[in-house]
Amino acid sequence: MTNTITPPALAAIPAVTEALAGAGYISTPAISTTVYLAHHLRKPMLVEGPAGVGKTELAQSLARALELELHRLQCYAGLDESKALYEWRYGKQLLYTQVLKERVNAITGAAESLSGALAALNDFNDVFFSRDFLEPRPLLRALESKGAVLLIDEIDKSDEEFEAFLLEVLSDYQVTIPELGVISANVAPLVVLTSNATRDLGDALKRRCLHLHIDFPDAKREQAIVRARVPGISEALLRQVVSFVQQVRGLNLRKAPSVSETVDWARTMLLMNAQALDPQLVRETLGVLLKRQADFEEAEERVEAMTAQARTERA
Amino acid sequence: MEAALTGFIRALRMAGAPVSPAEAIDAARTLAIIGVSDRDVMKESLAAVLAKSVEEKAIHDGVFDDYFARADVETEDTPQPEDQSADDPEAEDEGGASGEDGEAQQAGGEDDFLSLANSTDAARIALALERAAAAADVESMRFSMQTGPVARRMLEALGVRAMEAEILRRFEAGGPENTAAAEAMIAARARLQARARAYIEQRFEAVGRFATEAFMEEVVSERAMDAMSLRDMARLKPIVARLAKRLAERHALRMRRRRRGRLDVRRTLTKSAATDGVPFDLVWRRKKRDRPKIVAVCDVSGSVARSVRFLLMFLYALAEETADVQSFAFSARLGEVTSLLAEHEFEAAFDLILRAHGGGSTDYGAALEDLDAGFSSLIDRRTTVIILGDGRSNRGNPRLDLFRALAAQAKRVVWLCNEPPAMWGTGDSCMLEYRPLCSSVSHCATVLDLERVLDNALAAYG
Repeated sequence: MTNTITPPALAAIPAVTEALAGAGYISTPAISTTVYLAHHLRKPMLVEGPAGVGKTELAQSLARALELELHRLQCYAGLDESKALYEWRYGKQLLYTQVLKERVNAITGAAESLSGALAALNDFNDVFFSRDFLEPRPLLRALESKGAVLLIDEIDKSDEEFEAFLLEVLSDYQVTIPELGVISANVAPLVVLTSNATRDLGDALKRRCLHLHIDFPDAKREQAIVRARVPGISEALLRQVVSFVQQVRGLNLRKAPSVSETVDWARTMLLMNAQALDPQLVRETLGVLLKRQADFEEAEERVEAMTAQARTERA
Repeated sequence: MEAALTGFIRALRMAGAPVSPAEAIDAARTLAIIGVSDRDVMKESLAAVLAKSVEEKAIHDGVFDDYFARADVETEDTPQPEDQSADDPEAEDEGGASGEDGEAQQAGGEDDFLSLANSTDAARIALALERAAAAADVESMRFSMQTGPVARRMLEALGVRAMEAEILRRFEAGGPENTAAAEAMIAARARLQARARAYIEQRFEAVGRFATEAFMEEVVSERAMDAMSLRDMARLKPIVARLAKRLAERHALRMRRRRRGRLDVRRTLTKSAATDGVPFDLVWRRKKRDRPKIVAVCDVSGSVARSVRFLLMFLYALAEETADVQSFAFSARLGEVTSLLAEHEFEAAFDLILRAHGGGSTDYGAALEDLDAGFSSLIDRRTTVIILGDGRSNRGNPRLDLFRALAAQAKRVVWLCNEPPAMWGTGDSCMLEYRPLCSSVSHCATVLDLERVLDNALAAYG
């Protein structure tokens, strides 16, 4: 059975918000509440939302805020247990077999009968399937550490089989390695799964997780994020930049600009010594925000109107 | 609170957000941790535990607001007259002074009804109503006409009978003092009754509304598509989209991929021969997966005009959900509509397809010729061909030879016919000729039919 130690940063919901802010992450009540519950209910949290809203960043900030190790498992099609949990070091095993061949001959040579040789070998019971030959992967490392943040990134990219396998790990915080037995976590790791919803996840997995949907931030929160990331930006420019991006997201685009792109754009503006948005400048730098040609053209038509709207924002 | 939580979860389920027992337990644990003092925290917390997608979150928030709005409504909407608060201590005195009263109410085993009715403590009233509601089984209510009887049951659960007996006794005893007390009790009963009714109406708003909505969807799912009105059609669209999504998920069409499997000992050892038996290079088994494909051919001619909207709606939803669907439409000549479906909103795609391919008289033979001539390379042993149509070919040559070749080439051919089996083979219908060549032929008139048939057809994908 794992025990739960509650660090001060997880003692109350406002404390979570504060700790995350300390790590440079601007939280929302929904995010803080889910983190708080994830710890107290000992449940993984499944974070969904469009690309670039800070899902991965949340796990990283949590690790920083709680001063825990971060174990990251990047999912992709074809990911299996051997990459996620543990793997026997086959190469080492085979090499050792070769190298130790003579020793084996010496041991079994002394025995007179076949069964004698077998008995002599039995003393070396499973020597090749011991911890020395085990390569722990992120899941196992997270279970064995004393408190950690486990980030399972883009779970929707993995296969359904892998999802099923995760269920055992996530519900009991333990895994079975046939040769070694059950390994269970001393301290349950704080698990964050992220998904971009390229496919729908299984109900069983969803049921075991707390669900958190992070959407694009509203203007106020996005301002706070940019302010934290781009120190030195003037308040007036900050407001205009955020207002403009928020308008761009309202267009019918294939890929709306993410928060990190807002940050990049704000940095660009700062580098170009801009005091305020103007259509010419926006046109020149729009590529930072929009990466698709069709989106770019769509937005370019409306640059004047959106810039004018953004300039009505007052500091 | 437990009763309230149970009721809330039931309301969620009614509203179309599934909640498993495990999640219900989590919700109870959550409330134990975060408490119920902060409404917003409670809402976010329950959402995290109970709502597992954006859609469910939206449902959750709506139901939460409806369901837990009650307490607020009560404190705002039931103003307390001044003289009543003056009555309050008096009422309690009365209860204390006359031992008989106390006994009668204790016999009922209920809170002091009168003091409850005169109470200004919103939390106390809410709690009592909550208990009474559980006793009166408010959640099972389905129609707003039931409000009256259910309200009465709630009052009885609160011990109104004991007080009614007391009212009678006071009237019988007579005298101005007794009459005034009895009238005060009647007024108290009316107040509590009004609250009970408000409670029920509010609760019904949260639960019953969705029940009605779910009921309507059920009706539409079972209605034959030929008999659908435009309004039904509008209701149908999200249902069909959900259906296609469900099918696509259940039979997730997987990309062909190579996967690293277990160590291939035999080949590793073979390779190690080059390095004097020392295995430097490890060889892994690889797994291969087929990529299944769907070719959907939809009849859009005049004879299926009534169903065509529905069939195309399904085709559209399926194309949205899975990548490997190639869609064709025909009356006489056949044309590919895959990109039309992919690039336009449904209504626009529908009009474009009908303009390009619809309206003419049907000729299955000609359509098969076009399919064979232009697209036969699409069809191989991994392809499932889905044909949507009535098999009425206007006495043209059905080209069974081409159809036979098609069926032999594809993994399977599934025919979804909008006419009932009794009509097959009548008039110009060629269904009976085509049938033996198909892997399966089904009559498909409602959304439920469609789901069942396709589910079976796709289940064979191993």
